[in-house]
Amino acid sequence: MSTATVEEIGEVTAPEPFWTRQRRLGVALVLIGVLAAVLFGSLAPSEAARFTLSEDAEGAALSINGQFGAILFGIVTIITGGLLFTSFAKRYQNLLLSLGILTFVLSFLCWQVAGKFLPLVDTTSGTLQLALPLILGALAGVLGERSGVVNVAIEGQFLMGAFAGALVGTMATSVWVGLISAAVGGVIIAAILAVLSIRYLVDQTVVGIVLNLFALGVTGFLYERLMQNDASKYNEPPRLPEWRIPGLADIPVVGTVLFDTNLLVWVALGLVVLIHFGLTRTRWGLRTRAVGEHPTAADTVGIRVRGLRYMNVLLGGVVAGLGGAYFTLVATGSFTKNMTAGAGFIALAALIFGRFTPFGALGAALFFGFAQKLATYLSAVGSPVPSQFLNMLPYIATIIAVAGLVGRVRAPAADGVPYIKS
Amino acid sequence: MTTEAPAKKEAEKPEEESFLSVFTRNLWSSNTVTVTFLSIVLAFVIGAVLIVVSDSEVLEKFAYFTARPGDALTASWQLISTAYSDLLKGAFGDPEAFSAWFAGTGTWQDAFSPISETLTYAAPLVFTGLSVALAFRGGLFNIGAQGQAVIGCITAGVAGFTFGLPIVLNLVVAIVAGAIGGALWGFIPGILKARTGAHEVITTIMLNYTAALFLSWLVLQKGIQDPERTDAISKAVAESAKLPSFGGVLRVHMGILLAVAVTAGVAWLLNRSSFGFELRAVGANQHAAKTAGISVAKTYALLMAVAGGLAGLGGATQVLGTAYALTPSVAGNIGFDGLLVALLGRNKPWGTLWAALLFGALRAGGNRMQSYSGISLELVTVLQALIVIFIAAPALVKAIFRLRATRLVRPGASLAKG
Repeated sequence: MSTATVEEIGEVTAPEPFWTRQRRLGVALVLIGVLAAVLFGSLAPSEAARFTLSEDAEGAALSINGQFGAILFGIVTIITGGLLFTSFAKRYQNLLLSLGILTFVLSFLCWQVAGKFLPLVDTTSGTLQLALPLILGALAGVLGERSGVVNVAIEGQFLMGAFAGALVGTMATSVWVGLISAAVGGVIIAAILAVLSIRYLVDQTVVGIVLNLFALGVTGFLYERLMQNDASKYNEPPRLPEWRIPGLADIPVVGTVLFDTNLLVWVALGLVVLIHFGLTRTRWGLRTRAVGEHPTAADTVGIRVRGLRYMNVLLGGVVAGLGGAYFTLVATGSFTKNMTAGAGFIALAALIFGRFTPFGALGAALFFGFAQKLATYLSAVGSPVPSQFLNMLPYIATIIAVAGLVGRVRAPAADGVPYIKS
Repeated sequence: MTTEAPAKKEAEKPEEESFLSVFTRNLWSSNTVTVTFLSIVLAFVIGAVLIVVSDSEVLEKFAYFTARPGDALTASWQLISTAYSDLLKGAFGDPEAFSAWFAGTGTWQDAFSPISETLTYAAPLVFTGLSVALAFRGGLFNIGAQGQAVIGCITAGVAGFTFGLPIVLNLVVAIVAGAIGGALWGFIPGILKARTGAHEVITTIMLNYTAALFLSWLVLQKGIQDPERTDAISKAVAESAKLPSFGGVLRVHMGILLAVAVTAGVAWLLNRSSFGFELRAVGANQHAAKTAGISVAKTYALLMAVAGGLAGLGGATQVLGTAYALTPSVAGNIGFDGLLVALLGRNKPWGTLWAALLFGALRAGGNRMQSYSGISLELVTVLQALIVIFIAAPALVKAIFRLRATRLVRPGASLAKG
């Protein structure tokens, strides 16, 4: 077994000892830095790019000459790439990488915003709001996949959660009942996934894909039969209230974004910490990881493999259902057919891009949320960069990540493998 | 000879049963046909429940169910039977239209239009279904049929309105362009899997959305968008690049014949060619195949390209046969439906063809059900998903109907993966 894996790795990547991951990343950063400095720098008009601290053009702002900024940040990207390449500061590899990507994005922004303004509060809160379902969906994925059950049905759980939240929330005229029903909606799909994949040993990807279609069909069907005929009776749920925490909410930018917002933001961020802590520090977490990596060994020491998998997938259903609630109870206030429009798959991408960890998923979700927010901003200001290409970013980034072009992502060893007790 | 015969008879004696009992026993054991049939029945039963619970008038009758159960039951039966009979009429033909044709009051076109619709919807699904089925047999799960079909739509559509070649040649070029486009898009996950081991499920899901976004961008570009329109629609493909059809209400086109031919081709490729042998070997056990000298990496890359080409053909038939112009949703859901079709067809070429016909029939019937009985077309999606869920979990169907376990285990009858 071990020799086979060693051989495979040797054949697959055949790395020259010189071309370490760090070096390749360095070269990639230098290349995009050059692109930023030369292309963005030459295209950017020499006008002030204003990043206002409020929601509009008024008030205090961070301001920089667009052309100068584009070139400056491009050069910083090149420098970080160079540092990575020369193996300087090995310990700060991830920090340098983040810095390099950040300055590349800043260079891009300087080009796009030059002569205009970008409201920081609006951008940040928009990013967080767009990332919200992605965070929750990816966390649902973390719960399932770390225990060895592939969950490609996040999209279906979103839809079911969004639908159940809207339907029951309206009928009970209570947003809290709606929120709970959304979680139940997610659990329904999760339960079918769990039973079919754990008990009936159906291929987990197959079940997931089919469940997405099933959820799409059921919610679409009931939407057309019930909600469309009588929206006030079935499809006007109350929205989640926004709560303002006095004091903390007065901090510029961050305060408005984090402390003057709806409950779901805190739930999502809290769950990231909770699940991270649970996975790394508790008995449940150790068992989950054991079951996901080597179920036979886990079984040998008396862990109930299937039971734990059931529990984790159902918990994932709760979390993903709450993510679905975002669409109806936070974002829009009504359900429409196929309203999640692939968000479940971006959540899946965030899960993989975040290397199956809660904080990684959070980072990836925020990054993807930012890309979406930027896409709407750019199309609003009439930028030449097509919004569709920015929206492709999550998908392409994930392909690059799983292909190992920038550091290979490794899934839990027993992910997707049903456990048959012998 | 003479000594053996009585002994044999002796041994067979206790096993001897009447033909009928053997027949019923086999009928009720969990063979493929029975499970498929029961899955369809189960799906329709659940669909009927959905129809009833979503109808407020019938639900009101259920409120006084204990007092007068007849009311609720009759109303439910009425609702379900009209819905499903409309589904059947829309899929296979309305007896009234046939009798009108015989009586001379109707046209034969009207009588045959339901079948034409069924075949029209089935044609692209055959291709995408074959794409998924073939990849499955090689041990790859091609969720990317949707994206490959989208790219196939793009290349076939663009070729269809750009070149302006003479008749026949233009059509051939457009179809080939569709296949090549899909093949290239399928080759990406194939080569990534072969070279880096990136899981094809993940890469193909991501490529689906990338392709969809690319299409929605492309149809708005100069030279592609219809100059007389402001919405997202491309120029129409040239008349000479369209797949020939009867015209009028009969939308069925040459694509279905092409689909049958390609099914035969795939069946040959899979069962008779050396590449088919290699891919089945890799699908059965890649380590053993490698030991036997088959290049697993090469097989993966080539297989995904071929699968992509098939899905691309599906996209091409969609554009050249029914849509005639690119829109962001031109490919509809044919890729994902193809996935279900392949699963329903047990990943066999001819099985896939029949499954595609069933799905086409459901879709065509669903249209009629929507317009005549007012039951949303989404019910068809639910039915399709349910059928495949039950097919994929034969143990579940067995448990529900208490079927006997099959005695004869046929090799290769199960799915490529679990």
